[in-house]
Amino acid sequence: MLKTRLIPVLLLQNGLLVRSEEFSIHQVIGNPIYEVQRFNEWNVDELIYLDITRDDNYDVRRDDHKVKNLGDSLDILEAVSKTCFMPLTWGGRIRDVDDMRRIINGGADKVAVNSQAVRTPELITQGAELFGSQAIVVSVDARRHNDGRHEVFIDGGRTATGLDPAGWAREAEKRGAGEILVQSLDRDGTGRGYDLDLIRAVAEATTIPVIACSGIGRYEQYKEGVAAGAAAVAAANIWHFKELSDRNGKRALARSGVNVRL
Amino acid sequence: MKLAIIDYGMGNLRSVANAVEAVGGLATIVSEPARLREAERIILPGVGAFGRGMQNLRSGGWIEVLEEEVLGKRKPLAGFCLGMQLLADVGFEHGRHDGLGWIRGSVRRLETGDPALRVPHIGWNDTRLAKKDRLYRGLADSETFYFVHSFVFEPEDAAVVSGTADHGVRFVASVEAGNIVATQFHPEKSQRAGLMVIKNFLALEP
Repeated sequence: MLKTRLIPVLLLQNGLLVRSEEFSIHQVIGNPIYEVQRFNEWNVDELIYLDITRDDNYDVRRDDHKVKNLGDSLDILEAVSKTCFMPLTWGGRIRDVDDMRRIINGGADKVAVNSQAVRTPELITQGAELFGSQAIVVSVDARRHNDGRHEVFIDGGRTATGLDPAGWAREAEKRGAGEILVQSLDRDGTGRGYDLDLIRAVAEATTIPVIACSGIGRYEQYKEGVAAGAAAVAAANIWHFKELSDRNGKRALARSGVNVRL
Repeated sequence: MKLAIIDYGMGNLRSVANAVEAVGGLATIVSEPARLREAERIILPGVGAFGRGMQNLRSGGWIEVLEEEVLGKRKPLAGFCLGMQLLADVGFEHGRHDGLGWIRGSVRRLETGDPALRVPHIGWNDTRLAKKDRLYRGLADSETFYFVHSFVFEPEDAAVVSGTADHGVRFVASVEAGNIVATQFHPEKSQRAGLMVIKNFLALEP
């Protein structure tokens, strides 16, 4: 029987690993390559790496990281893929199929597209035709408004699109996406748990696997994402500063009856 | 050349090469069919659509050389994921396409019969290992491997099946027929158990 996947999400900013709060506060936490070796040793199910570097906010106060453009990020990807014997999804700053090709040739199994997929949805289809649907993850960042309505945002949460996340996810599937990664701008880094209404709406609107993300502060919250229809549960911050974050996450899921790979 | 990984434009070859190297092998990614003649063994990896995979093998001039080296000289060949499906006579992904026809059977859409069991079938699944003397030497009776696919290989001869898994229905996870072995899952992405499969392939006698 298929296991529910538990996935760490690593955020890369200007060549360094960071943790994130509400898509706007980023704290440097370490080396992007060592962290992957650790996860590989832990036997984690899969890994999602998102490059959230913004070209316009390069941190000039630091000179120990000279990583700025996609080319430099690809060096990190190549180093990462050498020790990563699990599926690796790489996302961030993908503009066209040439970017996708560079990332897949660099050792990633899947690419995650977000802003550019909203701007030019044909990119999803082009990518699926070239690399297969299984290689195209469409990442959907949503914000919950005060009236409870959700809206898709792009550009790292800075640009509103007017799109409904469930409707957009359904269109992404129709255009050839193989998985949907759902992130919540207002839950990111808060530890309050997933935005379950958002996860449920996207899962109900699609037939492809949905990966829940954003808001995990306690291992016990993972199961809520599974109950809301997610095929895989992901988180970022809870994986840092802690040993056994894979083991404890898996155990919490298993205790609530979710079939995981222990 | 110890081992050739066929580059026919279908997916991530780097991870296959990395995995071969991690278990002490030496892999060369080749994009010229003639180079297969130097190889001792061959991996046909691949993700993507059946029709395009066959078209790329055909237009790249791979098929004739592969037939000489694998069917003629009986060099060990491992197919991974799409590389397993292409061994079939025919595939039904986006229309009907002829396959290599090396192992009798067809490739059809995975019908789980349950909307909660989503397709593509993505993730780690328990795989029952029916033959443990070659590809699965040293592994338990059931191991978890990483799958990513929407189509499954249905061989005519049940005797070639060496592993099965369930996703609503039971499907074929691997086949072994003489010097030709293949897995629907991705051994290069299946951590310890997957690396063991690759290590066993490096030692496989035809």
